[in-house]
Amino acid sequence: MWISAFPFSGGKTMAEKLDNFDQSLLAELEEGLPMTSEPYAQVAKRLDVSEDEVLARLAALQEAGTISRFGVVVRHRELGYNANAMVVWDIPDNQVSEVGQQFASLPFVTLCYRRPRRGEKWPYNLFCMIHGTCHDKVLEQVEQAARAAGMENCRRDVLFSGRRFKQRGARYGKNSSNRQPQEVA
Amino acid sequence: MTYGNFKKGELKFEAANLTQLDRVLLDRFQRGFPLVSRPFAQIGAELGVSEEQVLDSYTALQQLGVISRIGAVVRPHRCGWSTLAAMAVSEERLEQVAEIVSGMPEVNHNYERHHQLNLWFVVTAGSKLAVADVLSKIELETGLQVVDLPLEESFRVDLGFPIQWRQNDG
Repeated sequence: MWISAFPFSGGKTMAEKLDNFDQSLLAELEEGLPMTSEPYAQVAKRLDVSEDEVLARLAALQEAGTISRFGVVVRHRELGYNANAMVVWDIPDNQVSEVGQQFASLPFVTLCYRRPRRGEKWPYNLFCMIHGTCHDKVLEQVEQAARAAGMENCRRDVLFSGRRFKQRGARYGKNSSNRQPQEVA
Repeated sequence: MTYGNFKKGELKFEAANLTQLDRVLLDRFQRGFPLVSRPFAQIGAELGVSEEQVLDSYTALQQLGVISRIGAVVRPHRCGWSTLAAMAVSEERLEQVAEIVSGMPEVNHNYERHHQLNLWFVVTAGSKLAVADVLSKIELETGLQVVDLPLEESFRVDLGFPIQWRQNDG
């Protein structure tokens, strides 16, 4: 069930605009499913549509990849994941896509994105997240990633997280609730 | 992947008092949560417990803050726009600046990281312009520069990952 590699090209999919109903549905789900026996029926009621319609749209959005996953969103720190590193790399432009896919296939890399460099102070164009429970082990995994991609000599940095000031799901504006953020550490 | 598949002594965390059922519910349904009328009943049938037990456990886990929600994770830039942004803030001002940043409803993650750029946050809004407005507002209110690092290519999006439990936590 767990796919370790899921390479695809993102960021250029703005053309695929969601329709109004999909946007309202995603906005309605920002706080998550209600914890009741028939949660989709309750969401449907709030949107004034049928439960079948909600289920069908959610399945379609998953199928289309708009929803990358539908399920439990865990707050990892509460489970002891305290060594969460953002690993940033300065990879030659002509190799970045290939290296990104190699990193993404490593089981301990939980997110992997290309982002723009910002001058000499921020020369990094590839970002990986490693969610770990042990600082030293994460550093070993960074070494392992560098070796796997043949990037041992590339400039890189490891940014461990410190204080968590805020963590919650994304809100997209349309019909978003104005409730206070649930989680401020 | 089944939960509990890990090497002995690999993990250090002190687990909360989670039951075996809690652990399966946390681990196995990060993706592919049932899209059926009574999803908690279906999960219960699959695990050999009642719908009520599943609901009680998820409700408790949410109240404890172990799960933030059961819902959709949207692929970046499929719905609106988002960016990762960073700031270099002096230690004396960090809490105050973090508070300004967290106060923006469009900011959903905001963390300290150990680097010269030490405040990192994600801004998500309905459009690219709306995101840019939030960044400008933060610059104006803090007097500090914001480094905007939008995603350009995805190699791995958020698919969840198997949770590793320490062997003797059960």
